[in-house]
Amino acid sequence: MSLNHHLRHAEAASPEAIPDQQPREPQPRGAKVHGNHPVDHDEAAARFIAAPHHEHMHDSRLWDLRQQRDAQMHGIEEWEELREHASRVKSHTLANLGDYLEQFTAAAQANGVHVHWARDAAEHNQIVHSIMSDHGARSLIKSKSMLTEECGFREYMAGVGIEVIETDLGERIQQLDDEPPSHIVVPATHKLRTDVAQVFARTLGTDPNNSEVHYLAEQQREKTRPLILQADVGMTGANFAIAENGAIAVCTNEGNADLSANVPPLHIASIGIEKIIPRVADLGVFIRLLSRSALGSPITQYTSHFRGPRPGAEMHFVMVDNGRSERLGDETFWSSLKCIRCSACMNTCPVFRRSGGLSYGATYSGPIGLILDPTMNRRKYSKLPYASTLNGSCTNVCPVKINIHEQIFEWRKVMASEHQPAVAERAMMKAAGVVLSNPRAYRAAVAGADRALRVLPQFAVDIPLNPWATPGRETPQAPRETFHEWYRRTDGGRIDTELPASGEDGSGTEEDQG
Amino acid sequence: MRVALMVPCYADALEPETGIATLQLLRRLGIDVDYPVDQTCCSQPMVNAGFHEDAKATQAHFVDTFAGYDYIVAPSNSCVRNVRENLTAVEQTDRTREVRSRIVELVEFLHDVLQVEDFPWAEFPHKVTYHDSCSSIRFLKSSSMSELREEPYSKPLALLSRVRGIEIEQTKRPDECCGFGGTFSVLEPATSVKMGQDKVADHSSTGATHVVSGDGSCTMHLNSCARRLGLPMKFLHIAQVLNGDRG
Repeated sequence: MSLNHHLRHAEAASPEAIPDQQPREPQPRGAKVHGNHPVDHDEAAARFIAAPHHEHMHDSRLWDLRQQRDAQMHGIEEWEELREHASRVKSHTLANLGDYLEQFTAAAQANGVHVHWARDAAEHNQIVHSIMSDHGARSLIKSKSMLTEECGFREYMAGVGIEVIETDLGERIQQLDDEPPSHIVVPATHKLRTDVAQVFARTLGTDPNNSEVHYLAEQQREKTRPLILQADVGMTGANFAIAENGAIAVCTNEGNADLSANVPPLHIASIGIEKIIPRVADLGVFIRLLSRSALGSPITQYTSHFRGPRPGAEMHFVMVDNGRSERLGDETFWSSLKCIRCSACMNTCPVFRRSGGLSYGATYSGPIGLILDPTMNRRKYSKLPYASTLNGSCTNVCPVKINIHEQIFEWRKVMASEHQPAVAERAMMKAAGVVLSNPRAYRAAVAGADRALRVLPQFAVDIPLNPWATPGRETPQAPRETFHEWYRRTDGGRIDTELPASGEDGSGTEEDQG
Repeated sequence: MRVALMVPCYADALEPETGIATLQLLRRLGIDVDYPVDQTCCSQPMVNAGFHEDAKATQAHFVDTFAGYDYIVAPSNSCVRNVRENLTAVEQTDRTREVRSRIVELVEFLHDVLQVEDFPWAEFPHKVTYHDSCSSIRFLKSSSMSELREEPYSKPLALLSRVRGIEIEQTKRPDECCGFGGTFSVLEPATSVKMGQDKVADHSSTGATHVVSGDGSCTMHLNSCARRLGLPMKFLHIAQVLNGDRG
């Protein structure tokens, strides 16, 4: 687990634009989560953007990854065919998931692996706990896994007094800072080096004023390595689970999955049931796409295959459903199960880049999060489908061709029909529907362009104040007459083709509407 | 050829010059354009927010207003996209399907249908950048997409290159969203404004004095951001430039 590798790939992908002499800008924290109350992405995004060094660094790092991804794409002539092929393999597997799960289980058991089934997050955590109890194990090292984040595994283990040590550097930084990962592949990408220096100073006793990469890497290694060497259990996720031979493949840039799997005598892998692919031969398609889409590197540094326990050791697979079967049965949203967690959609998303992953207040953030999270908690994540401009770039970069932006759009339909948006919004939409379907009512509403300026944005949602009057944006200037009025006055330009004044003189503009 | 002009509601109210320029340009090209005076809106505000049931009557009115034309020309990519893709709340009769298939965006109409080779009346002696909206790039495919492995092309730039004196600059992130996004600009103002400011800065850093676009809603937002930043950039609809506006 080399910090250098990690940083070359992600955290330090772009130079940090912070002059050393600047006072330290505190790292903005993520969304405020209150139980099942709808997460307010905009509120957290506003705080992230209000920290300009962090926002700028975040945007440029991830845009850099996006550009590296583009370069890789241009290097592969059959790129679009590869995406299409990967998408079809996933469709096929998901359509026959039951059969492939049986095949995978039989093969894994034949390899000497213990296979467990978890209906939900709680069952997953209990199964892992009971495996550990059976072995009298007290400590666990863990390679990064979004599934265990989804299951709240770290919090559960803290509750039963078992120490969990993250072996992925970014994830370890997040663990020490008591934050979830902000990004699937680069968990601490929202932090500046100076933020990491502060976290390490507080938790590992390092020099708070030394944010030099090699210093931080070495300090972390020295402090954490003994814990890794003494751990009772090693845990990994699985990027792919291969039905025909019962093996799993784990991709890391730090080789930390190998540490987790090979150092302790007990290896537990948490596997989402959608990770199955039919054959070893299919793996090549996904390995070619994964890292190119994620970080713009041709391949991850380590692609580790685990098939069975080494002599004297034990291997357990925990197959986790946690809402996946239900999603698979959903006509509109099932294809989100194709996701291989590459993060390309996050890196390209202009909203994610500006707002940071923690602003979504969920395990999965960015475009893929907007369509996965509501399947897990409709109310809590009811606002997330609106945290998108529906620009469609996410769909274009998705290596398995999930129609992400279309599903975001579909989620809005669900939220509206299930009355998730506020009552005032619903009333305003109903009113807009009445006005916009009736030419006379419409003309009355926008009589005079200045009034239109007030009315039009309110068709979208009820907002008591002028929506343009946010810091950083001026109210548009209203012209003297609408096109319709001009058309009437000039008989469609046949009488007088003079253009109406564009409002430069300010006539008709109300600056303090509301 | 019976051609109807659809003027988006926001353009009707806030950017009448776009509708006027479109009308005049089409007449210069020999098209006799109807402007159905009872038109209101394409239903996009409700559809974009997920309120399809509330969009039904507006969509029905849209179909009633525009049925029977060979082409419905609109100077707005997002409206055309909405009609083509999302006019689904209303019953899918033959008339509905006909309207959905016959709507064309102005650049598409000029480039693909009329295949205009020259705009002899047009001269624009300025340095410009083109603002391609997400609807125009990723949905109407008016320009190539940087995320896909495809040959670069641009229909609007192909048209603008026929304008005398124009100098076209390229932005660093040509197909990055400007952050307007309809309801997004209202529900997520902080991110929307930041994206708008970044986009304006990208346009401005090229040295261009004018931003030309086929989407007035994007440029309304960008103009608001530019004014707050104190950037003296001017924003024009492509219809104005092709119709001979000299900036």
